[in-house]
Amino acid sequence: MVRLITHNLLACHVKGCTTNNFPLQFQDVQIELQEAEFNPDFVRNLLPRLEWGALVDAAKQVGDTSLPPEQPEMTDDDVLQKLHHVLLEIHITEGAMVCSNCKHIYPISNGIPNMLLSEHEIG
Amino acid sequence: MSRPELQAPPEIYYGDSEAVKYTKNTRNQQIQADLTYRALELLNMPPDQSAFLLDIGCGSGLSGEILDEEGYVWAGVDIAPSMLEVALEREVEGDLFLQDIGQGLGFRPGSFDGAISISVLQWLLNAETSHHTSAPPHRLHRFFTTLHSALRNPSRAVFQFYPTSDDQIQLITSTAQKAGFGGGIVVDYPNSKKARKVYLCLFVGGGGGQQQV
Ligand SMILES: [Zn+2]
Repeated sequence: MVRLITHNLLACHVKGCTTNNFPLQFQDVQIELQEAEFNPDFVRNLLPRLEWGALVDAAKQVGDTSLPPEQPEMTDDDVLQKLHHVLLEIHITEGAMVCSNCKHIYPISNGIPNMLLSEHEIG
Repeated sequence: MSRPELQAPPEIYYGDSEAVKYTKNTRNQQIQADLTYRALELLNMPPDQSAFLLDIGCGSGLSGEILDEEGYVWAGVDIAPSMLEVALEREVEGDLFLQDIGQGLGFRPGSFDGAISISVLQWLLNAETSHHTSAPPHRLHRFFTTLHSALRNPSRAVFQFYPTSDDQIQLITSTAQKAGFGGGIVVDYPNSKKARKVYLCLFVGGGGGQQQV
């Protein structure tokens, strides 16, 4: 399964695709919600690695609008709870991720994104 | 029987029946568990941190189950679809990706707190096709440089693997060094042909943790 936590850390890795290669855009996605144990420390540790704007956009693309558009200065428990849900409880099961720059399509089938490149796309 | 990596590429070798057979074999499960616990020991994560790890060649999730139990959040990559199917059926918690590590990883800089890999690196030593970008040194180089970037500074990556010669160890360690990693090889039970296990312990920056391996 792919969740927004990994989507937010994933860029296109096609040869020469180095600008505007993040975030990958979701296309025709189906989702499944699965509860995960809330660990505020984990979410707090992760926060500096995340691109807030990309996360808000990705959440919107899968139908979740709970996050504020700007990263709040104070990450209280309420924000951490919302982040926890967005990052770890929404599973993308079908669809695709598309690179805005080179248009490479990474299909997602049965919860697993296919990241394989063809010979001419390998760096 | 020769080692599996000498018989066929992993995505072929671990076809549907082999993937299930491998995963259900209790001896494999035990070995894989022992190797995973040892790799985690060498990874030496700070005990109070809830870390995000990468499982390189996660297969059917035998190591992933242990990462779940140990409270890690993780993502796994593997080139064998059949193995990933089995991992899904076993309902491991990690995010799974179909990926050829020899093509390089696409994770943004500093994504992971650490990485483990059990019985995978030796697969990179076999050429996939005749194309020059498929030569083992190229594949190792792409893999190590993109992994180095995907890890936080400081952090570690620990690989248990099965080298068949000192030349192979030399190629792997020198390529990892060129990619910016510190660290080196740890050999457990060096004098027992059967129990001998080789671990490549790579450091980004100081490698994190207190104790040196
Ligand atoms: Zn691209």
